[in-house]
Amino acid sequence: MNVRVEPPLALLAELSHRCPLQCPYCSNPLELERSGKELDTKTWTRILDEAAAMGMHQVHFSGGEPTVRKDLEQLVEHATKVGLYTNLITSGVLLDEKRLRALADRGLEHVQVSFQDTEEANADRIAGFKGHQKKLEVARLVRKIGLPLTVNAVVHRQNIDHVPDFLEMAVELGAERIEIAQVQYYGWALKNRAAFIPTYEQLQRTTKVVEEARKRLKGVLVIDYVVPDYYAKRPKTCMGGWARRFLNISPAGKVLPCHAAESIPNLAFDSVHEHSLQWIWDNSVAFNKYRGTDWMPEPCKSCDRKEIDWGGCRCQAYALAGDAGTVDPACELSPLHEAIFGLAMKEASAEAPEFIYRRIGTDETPDAPVFGHREPAE
Amino acid sequence: MERVVLSESSVPAFPRGVKFRFNNAKQQWVILAPERLLEPDETAVTVLKLVDGQRTLGGVIDALMAMITIDPPPRDVVATDVVAMLQDLADKAFLIDAAKVPQKAAAR
Repeated sequence: MNVRVEPPLALLAELSHRCPLQCPYCSNPLELERSGKELDTKTWTRILDEAAAMGMHQVHFSGGEPTVRKDLEQLVEHATKVGLYTNLITSGVLLDEKRLRALADRGLEHVQVSFQDTEEANADRIAGFKGHQKKLEVARLVRKIGLPLTVNAVVHRQNIDHVPDFLEMAVELGAERIEIAQVQYYGWALKNRAAFIPTYEQLQRTTKVVEEARKRLKGVLVIDYVVPDYYAKRPKTCMGGWARRFLNISPAGKVLPCHAAESIPNLAFDSVHEHSLQWIWDNSVAFNKYRGTDWMPEPCKSCDRKEIDWGGCRCQAYALAGDAGTVDPACELSPLHEAIFGLAMKEASAEAPEFIYRRIGTDETPDAPVFGHREPAE
Repeated sequence: MERVVLSESSVPAFPRGVKFRFNNAKQQWVILAPERLLEPDETAVTVLKLVDGQRTLGGVIDALMAMITIDPPPRDVVATDVVAMLQDLADKAFLIDAAKVPQKAAAR
C-alpha cells in the first residue's frame, strides 16, 4: 500500500568515483564505476531540473572527488539557477583559488573539506596520497573568498586521539562546522574494520572531549559527532530513514536511497536513463521495500522509537546479520548486539592490520566476517 | 571567531551560505544552511521575514508587535521569546549580527 510519499529533502550527486586519494574507509562501493560510464553534463542538468521540480532543497556534489569533473562549474550554476542550495564535498587536493572563485561566482554556498588527520605524515599515509598541506591551503582559500567551511574529520583508532587537535584546527581555519565523523563500516571500511575501529576507552575519552568543546565553543564552532555504531545503544537514524529524506545518484546514474545501498544484493535499482526521479522516488521497488514502518520485524515493529530511528541501517543489518530486513545489530535490542560490541573490542585491542587501499579493480580480498548467515541470492 | 550574542541593538542577518527561502514546489519556507536544513514553524517564519539585515532586533520586535492587532501580549514577553529564538539560530550559525560582524549579509 502506498500513500503519496513526501519528496526527499536533498540530492546526493556522486559525480564521479575517480579520486586521487585512496582512503581505505572510502564510502564508495567496492566495485567502482569507471569514468566512461559517468553521466554527461546534459543528463546531470536534467536531473537537477527534476530535483528542483520535486521540491528538493539542496544538492550535495560529491564523489569520489567531484572536482575531477570539468563541468562542475556548469552544474553548480545550473543548480543555483533552478533554486537548489549547492554544497561541495571535496578532498580539496585538486582545487585552487581560481577554480574556487569560479564556483563561488556561480552560486556555490558551502564547501566541506575532508581531513585524514592533523599530523601530516599520518594523514598522507591514511589517504595514500600526499595531500594534507594542500587541504589546509584550500580550506584557508575557502574562508578567504568568504564561503562557509566544514571540516570533515574522519576518525578511527589511528587518529581519534587527535580530536582535540582537529577541533583546534577547525577553529584556526575559521570553519563554522566540524563533523567528527566516525568511520562507517560498509564497503572499503568494512574490509578494513580491524584497522579502524577505536577502543571503547578511546571512544569514551573522545566523547568527553567533544562534550566539553561543545560548551566551550558554543556559537563559534558547530560540532557534529556521533558514536560509532558498534558501540552504540540505539542505531543511528540512517539517512533519516530508508528512502525518506535523501536520494543518491551514482556516477553512472543509478538512483539509490543511500551511497552504500548497492552492498545489499537482490535489490534492483533504477537508472536515470530509464525513469524520471519522481517516478523512481514513488515506484522503485527497492525504495519501497524498507520505506516507512510496514516492513519492520520485531523488535522494531513495537518499538516506540520506530519513527525516530526508522529501524537503523539496512546496509548494516545486511553486513552484520546477513539480512537487510532484520533489526540493525547496532541496536541493543538486536540479539547480535553483544557480539558486535565484543567484536569491536577485540579488533580494537589487537594490532592494526595493514590497510587495503581503495583502488579501481583491486577488490580481491574476502569480506569481513558476518555473524548471521547471509540469505542466498533470490 | 566569537560567539554572537544578540540584544535588541543587534542587527540579525543571514550570513553567506544561509538562505531563508520559499520553496515553491513544497509551498514551504525553509532555512538552508551548510548540510543542514530547518523547517521553521509559522511563528518563526513571521519573525524571520522581518530579518532583513537592516532592522535591529528591537525593530523586529516592534514590527512584530505592530502586526498583532488583537490582544497583543506585553512587549517584553514577545521580546524574550524572539531574542531566545534568534539566539538559538545564531548559536547554530544560521544568523549573524550585522552590526558587529564586518561580513556582508547575504541577500535573500
